[in-house]
Amino acid sequence: MIETPVTSGLEPPQLDLTVPKGIRSRSRTAVRATLGTLLLVTAVGLLTLAPGQLGPALLSLAHNLKLMFLQPHLGQDTLAQLLGALGLSIALAAYTTIIGAVVAFACALLTARNLAPAWLATTMRTLMALIRAIPTILWVLVYAVVIGLGTEAAVVGLSFHSVAYLTKAYAEAIEAIPTAKLDALRTSGARPLLIIRHAVWPSVRGSLLSWTFIRFEINFTNAVAVGAAAGTGGIGYYLFMASAFYFDFQEVGAIVYLVLAFALVLEFVAVQLRRRTA
Amino acid sequence: MAELTRYFSHQRRVRLLVFGTLLALLLLAQVALQLNVIEAATGVFAGWGWLVANFAPIASAFPALGEISWQLAATVLIAIAATMVAAGVALLLALAGARTTSHWPLAQALIRPFASIMRNIPFVAWALVLLFSFKQTPFTGFLALLLMSVGYLTRAFMETLDEVGHGVIEALEATGAGYWAIICQGVLPAAAAPLVSWLLYMIENNIRDATLVGMLTGTGVGFLFDLYFKSFRYPAAGLVVCAIILVTIAIELSATKLRQVLNA
Repeated sequence: MIETPVTSGLEPPQLDLTVPKGIRSRSRTAVRATLGTLLLVTAVGLLTLAPGQLGPALLSLAHNLKLMFLQPHLGQDTLAQLLGALGLSIALAAYTTIIGAVVAFACALLTARNLAPAWLATTMRTLMALIRAIPTILWVLVYAVVIGLGTEAAVVGLSFHSVAYLTKAYAEAIEAIPTAKLDALRTSGARPLLIIRHAVWPSVRGSLLSWTFIRFEINFTNAVAVGAAAGTGGIGYYLFMASAFYFDFQEVGAIVYLVLAFALVLEFVAVQLRRRTA
Repeated sequence: MAELTRYFSHQRRVRLLVFGTLLALLLLAQVALQLNVIEAATGVFAGWGWLVANFAPIASAFPALGEISWQLAATVLIAIAATMVAAGVALLLALAGARTTSHWPLAQALIRPFASIMRNIPFVAWALVLLFSFKQTPFTGFLALLLMSVGYLTRAFMETLDEVGHGVIEALEATGAGYWAIICQGVLPAAAAPLVSWLLYMIENNIRDATLVGMLTGTGVGFLFDLYFKSFRYPAAGLVVCAIILVTIAIELSATKLRQVLNA
C-alpha cells in the first residue's frame, strides 16, 4: 500500500554525508542500539514463523514464477480490456492525487506552524496523523459500505489518505521557508492571501511538485491494491481474479508486465523531474 | 518596460498552460471513472458518521481484545523481521552494485534495473502468487513483505553508498587495507546513520502495508479485520482499527525521534 514506493514517517530520511563529522558517539550508540533491538526482534519473529513443507512450496513457487515471467499470456481477457482497466487505475490515481493536492495545500496552510496559530496547527497535525494511521484499504472498505461498492468508494478512500499524507509533506515544506521572508511581508502590512501568493507559493512550488509526484506513484500502487482487495475495479481487480479465481499465472504475468511498464515510465519521469528541479 | 510586460505575459501563459493541463487531466479522469461527484462528496461526511456510529468499540467487542493484540503483535514482528532480512539482502546487492564499492561492472549494470523492476512489481501479485504456494500461513505474509522491500531498499542503500564517496575508500586503500576491511571499517560506519534511517522508514511502511498484505493472504491483523468486517462485527473491527492506529502512531513517533538522534 500502499502506500509502496512506497507511505509515513512520511519523508525519506535526509542524507547528509558530505561532511564527515568525526566521532559522533551519540549517533553511533543510537545506531548500535537500534540495530541490536531490531535484530533481536527479527530473531524472535523468525522463530515464530516456522514454515511447514518448504521444499514442495518452493518448487511450486518456482514453477508459477516461470509461468508468470517467461510465458505471459492474456488468458481469457483481451488486451483491450486489460489496457482499459490499466487506464482506469491510472485515472483513479491521477484524480485522487489532484483532488488530494488541492485540498492538502489548503490544509497545509492551516497546519504550518509559521502561518497558522499554534492551537490550529496542533489540531490539524493530530487529525492528519490519525487519518494517516488508518490504512488506505480500511478507508476504502468503510466507504464501500457507506456509498456502495464502486469507483466512488475508491476515490474517497484514496483521496482521504492522499490529503493526510500531502498535508504533512506540504506543511513541512512551508515550515522550511525562512522566517525573514514572511516577516518582511508581514511588517509591510501584507494580508495573508498576499503572503501566500508571493512568499509561500513561489518558495514551495518545487518541493510541492516532487511530493505530489511521489504521491501519484503511491496512489497508482494503491489503486491497483484497492482494486484487488476491495473489488473496486481497475487492473487490480483483474489481477485478483486471474490469480485467486482462475489460478492463471500466465495472465498474472501479462498484467504484471503491463503495470511494470507504466511504473517504469513513471520512474523515468520522476528522474527527469528531479534533474530538472534540482 | 516592454521586456517586463513580456516576462509577465510569458509567466501568465505558463500558468494557464499548467492549470489547463491539470483541469484537462481531472476531466479526463472524471470521464474515465464515470464518477458521481455528488454521491462521493456527500459520502465523505456520511462515512464519518457511519464510522462513529458503528465502529465505536463498545463493551461487547472487548473479549476480542486478546486475539487482536496477539495478531497485531505477530504482524508487527513479521513486518520487522521481513524488513531486516530484506535489508541484509539489499545491503549485499547494494555493495555489489554501488559505483563506489563495486568491483564488478556487470553487477553494476544489472543490479540497478533489477532493483527497479522488483520495486515496481505490484505487491498484490507477489502476495497472491505466494499465497498459492505457501498457503494461508504467516510465512506467506513474511515473504510478500520481504520481496516488496528488497527492491526499494537496494535502491536506497545504493544511493547512500554512492554518496559516501571515494574519499574514505581511497584513504583506506592507501593504507593497504583489503576490500572487506575497507567496507567494514570505512564505508559501513560512514554510511551507518543514513542506512539505519532508511531501514526505519521501510519498517514503518511495512507495518502499514502489513494490514493489506494480511487481507490478501489471509493472515495477521489484516485478516482479522476482514473477518470481523465481513461478518458485521463492526465494534470488534473498530477495535482492530484503534489498535492499528495506536501502534502505527507509536512506531511513527519513535522512528522520528530515533531519526533525529541519528542525523544529529
